[in-house]
Amino acid sequence: MYDFNYQKPAAIDDAVKALGSDPEAKALAGGMTFIPVLKQRLAKPSTVVDLAGLGLSGIRREGNALVIKAMTTHREVANSKDVADAIPALAHLASHIGDRQVRYRGTMGGSLANNDPSACYPSAVLALGATIRTTRREIAADDYFQGMFTTALEPDELIVEVSFPIPEKAAYEKFPNPASRYAMVGVFVAKTAGGVRLAVTGAGNNGVFRHTAMEQALSASFSPDAIRDVKTPEGDMNSDIHASAAYRAHLVGVMARRAVAACG
Amino acid sequence: MNDTTLPHIVKGGIGASPKRVEDRRFLSGRGHYTDDINRPGQTYAVFKRSDVAHGVIRSIDTSAARAMPGVVAIFTGDDIAKAGIGGVPCGWQIHSKDGSPMVEPPHPVLAQGKVRYVGDAVAMVIAETVDQAKDAAEALVIDIDPLPAVSNMIAATAEGAALVHDDAKGNVCFDWHIGDKDAVDAAFAKAHKVATIDLVNNRLVPNPIEPRAAIGDFDQSTGEHTLYTTSQNPHVIRLLMGAFVLQIPEHKLRVVAPDVGGGFGAKIFHYIEEAAVTWAAAQVNRPVKWTCERSESFITDAHGRDHITHAELALAEDGAFLGLRVKTMANLGAYLSTFAPSVPTYLSATLLAGVYTTPAIYSEVKAIFTNTVPVDAYRGAGRPETTFLLERLVDVAAKTMGMDRVAIRRRNFIPADAYPYQTPVALQYDSGNHEATLARCMELADWSGFEARRAESAKRGKLRGIGMSTYLEACGIAPSAVAGALGARAGLYEVANVKVHPTGSVTLYTGTHSHGQGHETTFAQLVADQLGVPFEQVEIVHGDTSKIPFGMGTYGSRSLAVGGSAIVKAVDKIIAKSKKIAAHLMEASVDDIEFKDGKFTVAGTDKSKAFGEIALTAYVPHNYPHEELEPGLDETAFYDPKNFTFPGGCHICEVEVDPDTGVVNLLNFTAVDDIGRVINPMIVHGQVHGGVAQGIGQALLEHAVYDETGQLLSGSLMDYTMPRADNLVNIHVGTESTMCTHNPLGAKGVGEVGAIGSPPAVINAVVDALRDYGVTHIDMPATPQKIWSIINAATPRMAAE
Amino acid sequence: MPQVKLTVNGKPATAEVEARTLLVEMLRENLHLTGTHVGCDTSQCGACVVKIDGKSVKSCTMLAVQANGSEVTTIEGLAAADGTLHPMQEMFREHHGLQCGFCTPGMVMSAIDLVESHPEGLTEQQIREELEGNICRCTGYHNIVKAIAAAWPLMHGRELPQAAE
Repeated sequence: MYDFNYQKPAAIDDAVKALGSDPEAKALAGGMTFIPVLKQRLAKPSTVVDLAGLGLSGIRREGNALVIKAMTTHREVANSKDVADAIPALAHLASHIGDRQVRYRGTMGGSLANNDPSACYPSAVLALGATIRTTRREIAADDYFQGMFTTALEPDELIVEVSFPIPEKAAYEKFPNPASRYAMVGVFVAKTAGGVRLAVTGAGNNGVFRHTAMEQALSASFSPDAIRDVKTPEGDMNSDIHASAAYRAHLVGVMARRAVAACG
Repeated sequence: MNDTTLPHIVKGGIGASPKRVEDRRFLSGRGHYTDDINRPGQTYAVFKRSDVAHGVIRSIDTSAARAMPGVVAIFTGDDIAKAGIGGVPCGWQIHSKDGSPMVEPPHPVLAQGKVRYVGDAVAMVIAETVDQAKDAAEALVIDIDPLPAVSNMIAATAEGAALVHDDAKGNVCFDWHIGDKDAVDAAFAKAHKVATIDLVNNRLVPNPIEPRAAIGDFDQSTGEHTLYTTSQNPHVIRLLMGAFVLQIPEHKLRVVAPDVGGGFGAKIFHYIEEAAVTWAAAQVNRPVKWTCERSESFITDAHGRDHITHAELALAEDGAFLGLRVKTMANLGAYLSTFAPSVPTYLSATLLAGVYTTPAIYSEVKAIFTNTVPVDAYRGAGRPETTFLLERLVDVAAKTMGMDRVAIRRRNFIPADAYPYQTPVALQYDSGNHEATLARCMELADWSGFEARRAESAKRGKLRGIGMSTYLEACGIAPSAVAGALGARAGLYEVANVKVHPTGSVTLYTGTHSHGQGHETTFAQLVADQLGVPFEQVEIVHGDTSKIPFGMGTYGSRSLAVGGSAIVKAVDKIIAKSKKIAAHLMEASVDDIEFKDGKFTVAGTDKSKAFGEIALTAYVPHNYPHEELEPGLDETAFYDPKNFTFPGGCHICEVEVDPDTGVVNLLNFTAVDDIGRVINPMIVHGQVHGGVAQGIGQALLEHAVYDETGQLLSGSLMDYTMPRADNLVNIHVGTESTMCTHNPLGAKGVGEVGAIGSPPAVINAVVDALRDYGVTHIDMPATPQKIWSIINAATPRMAAE
Repeated sequence: MPQVKLTVNGKPATAEVEARTLLVEMLRENLHLTGTHVGCDTSQCGACVVKIDGKSVKSCTMLAVQANGSEVTTIEGLAAADGTLHPMQEMFREHHGLQCGFCTPGMVMSAIDLVESHPEGLTEQQIREELEGNICRCTGYHNIVKAIAAAWPLMHGRELPQAAE
C-alpha cells in the first residue's frame, strides 16, 4: 500500500470539503473493496477520508418508503426488523453479501458508490426504483448506474441515504461466483403498483441493468412461466473462466424464474 | 482394526486417541511460524518478478531504485552469476526410452538472460521495511523483450513452438516408458472389446494457508549461516542449498523449519528465495526476511498435476482386464522443480495395475516444458493422476462391456490370498484386501439403496449419481537402493534419536517434519507405548538441523511408515541397552531379562527394576557394567525401508445435479481405507477428512487456468476456487486394515489416501448422475458451467424449455 | 504518524503507525501478537480474524487507524488468566478441529462470534454457511463444524436446540 494522509471528519460538510479540495483524495466507507485495492497498490490516494465519524448509520420508515443511511452495514440491514417487515428481499440480499466479516464492515453506500458489476445492492436499488440522496441532490436509480464502476456521483459528492419504495412483493436470487462468492448472476425482481421491475447484476458486460423484456412479460403475468421463453442476449453478457456469456445468459433466466417463484 | 499383536499397555499409547500435544499452543496463538520470527537488525526482501511469460532481459537499471529511501541492497541475475552461485538442483533424474538423460536446464536463483514464466524472479530488493522494498522494486527500470510463450502442453508440442529452453527440442524434457509393449500389443490383439478414455488431470495450486517465508541470517564471527524456512524437510534443503547452490558446508549451515502452516507437497522443494535470502544475509551482513503474499504464491509455489492422458484397456469376454496401454504428457512448467521428474513416472505409472490383475501394462510419458510455474508433487503426487485414470477407465470398461461397475471390479481384484503380488510395472505389493474395503464401504454408503434415492431426487427434478473408486497407492518410499536405481539423487531412509533423560523422561528427535500431521502426539504415543513411560513424559523435536542428526522430512505419507520405524528401531536399541543395565543391577543373565509395561524383570523371579531406575543408573553409573557398556541412554537409528507401503481402499461418493444450473451438490462421501496399523484413530480420521476435501476440491472446484500468453487467470483466491465449509459434507470414514508386512509397525501411511482415492469417486458419481445424457467422461473440475454445457448440448430442447 | 490507541485483550495498547498500516500489521509487528495470521491478500482466507468491539473482523482489511479507540480481542486473549481455555478453544482441541494451526486463530475467533450471535441455536448447515469467510486447507472442515456445534452448549449453558434453517 502507498502511504496517504488519513482524515476522519465529524461533519458531512468537512468530508465533502476534504474530497473537493484535493482531486487525489478518496472516501473510505466500510473499506471491504477499497482496502484490498489499496493493498494491491491499484490506487494511490493522497488522502483517505474516513466516513465512519459522520453518523450516517440507521434505518427508518418514511411513509411508504424504507430509508437506509449510507454507512449502514450489510449486517444491520440483514438483521433489521424494519427491513424485514418492509422489504424482506432486501434483508435476504444483505445477509448473503460477502461473508460474515464483510457484512459487519461493508456498507450500502460504499457498495453503491463503488458500483462493482458483481455487487448485490445495485440490483436491489435499480429493481426497487430507489432514490439515492446525496450531499447535493436526489438521483433516481435509473440515472445513477452508468456502467461498471461508474455512477452519477461527482468526486466530492457523498451518498447520504437511499430511499426504497416498498414494493408489493420482491425477491433476490443470487448465483455466486464459485471462488469469490460475488454475484456471478444476481436477479432482483420487484412487483409494485406501478409495474414490475427486474434488475440483473453480475452478468452484464456493462454492470447492473434492467431486463425490460422480462419486466414486460411479468407485468402481463407475474409468474415464472411468463418469462420462460424470454431471451437474454448473450452479446450483453460478461464472460470469464467461471461462466461464459451463454451460461450467464442462461442463468439470468433461471435466477429470474426462481426470484419470481420466491415472491410467492 | 483387526490386529492386536501389539499390546495396548500405556494410556495414550498405540490405538488410543489422546488429544494433540501441539493444539494448546496453536489454539492460544503461541504457534511459532517462520513469519513470526524477527531477527535483530532484520531487513526485508521483495522479489521483482517477470510479468511476461517469456522474454529476453535486455537491461535492468537499478540506479533510481538504489537511491530510494531505506534501500539496503539490490541484486540481479548478474550479481548471482558473478558470485558463482549455482542453480537450484533437481533431485531426480529420468532417462528417456533411448537411454539419454533428461534435459536438465539450469534453474538460476535470479533469472539470467531470459525470463520463462510469469513470476520468474528478476531482481531482489532489500530495504528497511517491506513497503520501502516494494517502492524501490517499482522504481527498477527493466527492459524485457517479450518472446512467444507456450502456456500449455498442446502449444508447447506444436510444430514450430517457441522453446522454453534452447536445448530441450520440441520442449521435451524426457520421453520415458515402462512395461512390456509387446505383451500389451498381444493382449489387445486378442481383446473382446477395448475401453478407451482421453482425459486431463487438472492443474492445481496447493495453497497451504501459511504462505511461504524465509529468513536468512549470518553470524560473521562464526561464519555460520542460518535459514528459517517454511519447509517440510529442512535437512534436504540444507543438503541441496549448501552443496549445490551456495557451497556452504553443512557444519556452517543451519536450516530451521519451525511450525509450518500446511505443506501438501508445495513446501518440499528447494525454492530460489531460500537461497537468495541466505546468500544476501551474508552480503548485507544483516538478517534478510521474505514473506510471500498469496497472489505471489500463486505464481511461485510449485503447482500440481497437469497431465493429459490417452488410455486403452483390452477386455476379455468375461470382463477380465487383459492389457493396459497408456500415453501421458506431463507438464513440468518452466524449470525442473526438486522432484518433478519422479511424479509422472515412478510415482505414477508404476501404479497402473491398481488393485487389478491386469497382466500386461505399457505406459509412455513425455514430460514437457512450458512457460508456466514449475509443476511438482502435490498431495498424492502422481498417484491421484493414475488413480483417476484407472478408476475412470474401469467405469468406462463396465459401460463398454455392459457390466455392473462393482462386478467388473470384483472380477479383476487381486485376491487377498495372492499377496505378496508382483505387478507388471515393477512393484511388489505386500498386503491388501480389496473385497474387505469394498464391502464395508458399500455397506456404510448404502450402495444398494441408491436407486430408490435416485428416484426420489428425480421427483424433485434433480439428477442423482453414485460413484466409487477402489484404489491402491504406493507411499513410504522407498528402499534407497531402489530409489537410487530409479533416478533419485538422495537416500530415502529416516532417522530417530531417542534421548532418555536421567529421570526417565524422553526426548525424541525425528528427521520427519510435522506441519499438521500431529507427530508430536502420534510419535509420543509410539514411544510411550514401547517404553511404558507416560505419554506426557515424551517430547518430540523436529525441524532443526542443529538438533536432529539427519532426516529426509515429511512427504509421500512416509512419516509413520519410515520415520516411525526409525523410532521403533532406536527405542529397541534403548531397550537392549537397558536390559544389559538391568541384568547387571539384578545380577542376572541378560537373556533372562524381560521388558514389559515399563518394567524389567528376571524371568521366573519377582525381581524387577522400573525403566526410570535404569535411566538413572545409566546417568549415575555408580553400580554399572563399565567394562561392557558406556554410560548414558541415548540411541540413534537410521531406518531404510525394505519396500514401498501400499495403502488402498474404497471411496464412494453420492451427488445430486441441478439440471437448471449445472450445480453439483455433494450429498455423501464415504471412505474405507486400509492404511495398516493405526496409532491414533482421531488423527487418522482427520488426515482422511483433509485429503478427501482436497480430492473433492480437485474434482469439483479447483483449476489453475493459464491464458495462451502465459498469464495465470486463476491467480488469486478471488478466482481460484478453494473448498469452503459449505462446499463439503461430513465425511464417513472407516478403516479395514491389513498390516504392512515389512516394517516393524505394520503401518502403511494415511496422509495422501484421501486425495488419491476421492477424485474418481466424485467424477464417477457425476457421470452416473448424467447417465441419461450419453456422457461417458467429464474432466475435472466438474464446475456448474461445464455440467450445464453438457446438459445443454445433449438436450438443447430441454434446456430451452 | 498517527497514534492509535486500542484496548487489546483487556489492556491498553498504543502505537505510532503510518496511516497505511493495517490492523493486523499493528497487532503482529507493533504489539508482537503473532497469533493473528495473514494467509491471503484478497480478504478471503480469514486467518486474520479478530474481534473488534464484539464483532469478528478481518484485521487485514482494516486500517489500524480505523480501529482507534476500539476494544480488540485476539486469539491470545481468549484463555483465562490461569490458562483455562475458552470453551471454543477446548472444543477445537477435543474434536481435532485443527491440524497445522495456521487458520486456527481466525477460525476460532469467527466461530466464537458465530455461536454468540446465534443464541437461538445452530444447524450444521448454518455453521458451514457462516464459515464462508474462513478457509482451512487441512481439516476438510468436518471436525471444525463438530467443534463449533459442541462449543454452543458450553457457551450458552444449555442444550443446543436444532434451530430451523
